[in-house]
Amino acid sequence: MRHSTRIAVGPVQFRIGSDWAQPVAALNRLYVGYPRDPERPADATVRLFAARPWRRWLRPSVQIGGDFTVPDALPLPLSMGLLAAEMGMNLQVALGWRRHLLLHASAVAKDGRAVLLSGVSGSGKSTLAALLGESGWRLMGDEFTLIAPDSGDALAFPRAVSLKNEAIAEMAARVDPARFGPLLAGTPKGDIRHLVPRPDAIAAMHDPARPALILFPRFGGTAAVELMGEGEAFVRLTEASTNYVALGEAGFTALTRLVRETPVFGISYPDSATGLALVEQLFAEAIR
Amino acid sequence: MIDPAYRAVPADALRIEPLGELTAIFDRRSMQTHLVVPPVPEMLVAMADDACDAAALAARLAERFDLSVEGDARAVVAARLRELAAMGLVAPA
Repeated sequence: MRHSTRIAVGPVQFRIGSDWAQPVAALNRLYVGYPRDPERPADATVRLFAARPWRRWLRPSVQIGGDFTVPDALPLPLSMGLLAAEMGMNLQVALGWRRHLLLHASAVAKDGRAVLLSGVSGSGKSTLAALLGESGWRLMGDEFTLIAPDSGDALAFPRAVSLKNEAIAEMAARVDPARFGPLLAGTPKGDIRHLVPRPDAIAAMHDPARPALILFPRFGGTAAVELMGEGEAFVRLTEASTNYVALGEAGFTALTRLVRETPVFGISYPDSATGLALVEQLFAEAIR
Repeated sequence: MIDPAYRAVPADALRIEPLGELTAIFDRRSMQTHLVVPPVPEMLVAMADDACDAAALAARLAERFDLSVEGDARAVVAARLRELAAMGLVAPA
């Protein structure tokens, strides 16, 4: 393709090609602090291309492709090329990764022990992880966490955090503006702004962490903690995994082990401060 | 109504892992995961290698778990056996 770059996020080496210069330039700016190895073969390929040749110039719209495609995905305007690139990277990992059990969960770690936060969009898992990443925790990722089938360890996928709507202002008040990407206003998911994890989190991105705690957060309502049984946790984590079925018995083994060895709770929290306090309290109890 | 007889699938075809209130069963042949609740795991264990119908299986379960075979135990076991057959976890003998 006309423009391309290579970016390593955790164990995944991406090759991103684009018909336009802008999305690749935006990615290179956002991921400038990430390790680069241009010689390493790509694990996943993302292609950003014009659906019709004239769409490179005329109302340019970005179609997302690569090793895997979603046939009915609508193109995005070129002004959202960075979002298209990020969506493409997520898509390729979600559909193509086979080396680890992939959980749709954010994760943070402290002293080699990880807290996994799984939940639907809007549960606050990204925001909680981003806030913890600024308060003494290592941010492992805001979207995906990888579980190694052999060891049971959690591996980081610390892509740039995708902050949405109110979370943008909440983080902007605490973080150096240099760590933010451009504001992408009016995307299909509302306003989006990417936040680059702290340099120490990027430097440690290959260090595994032993899962200590799994939480299913729910933003809203009064503060509450509910212990989740192994069976329910298993069911919910199969739903949160994009490659459980594809991994076969290795996925089954990894997931049964994870829910047996790791305490799982559902938590409700009315505001970020309460959410953070609940995570700290449950983590302290889990590693005691 | 005469209940058909079933036979458990070969033991090495299934991974059966109790997870608290549920039991997860991984079928190595279909690569499918099934989540079941009592008495299904107990039924699979009680079937062992023999062909048995609902009445025989209900009697075995009653013996192992000190239950009464009166009432609808046979009907419950017959219904679960039909479901297990539909999932491929037991086969008609």
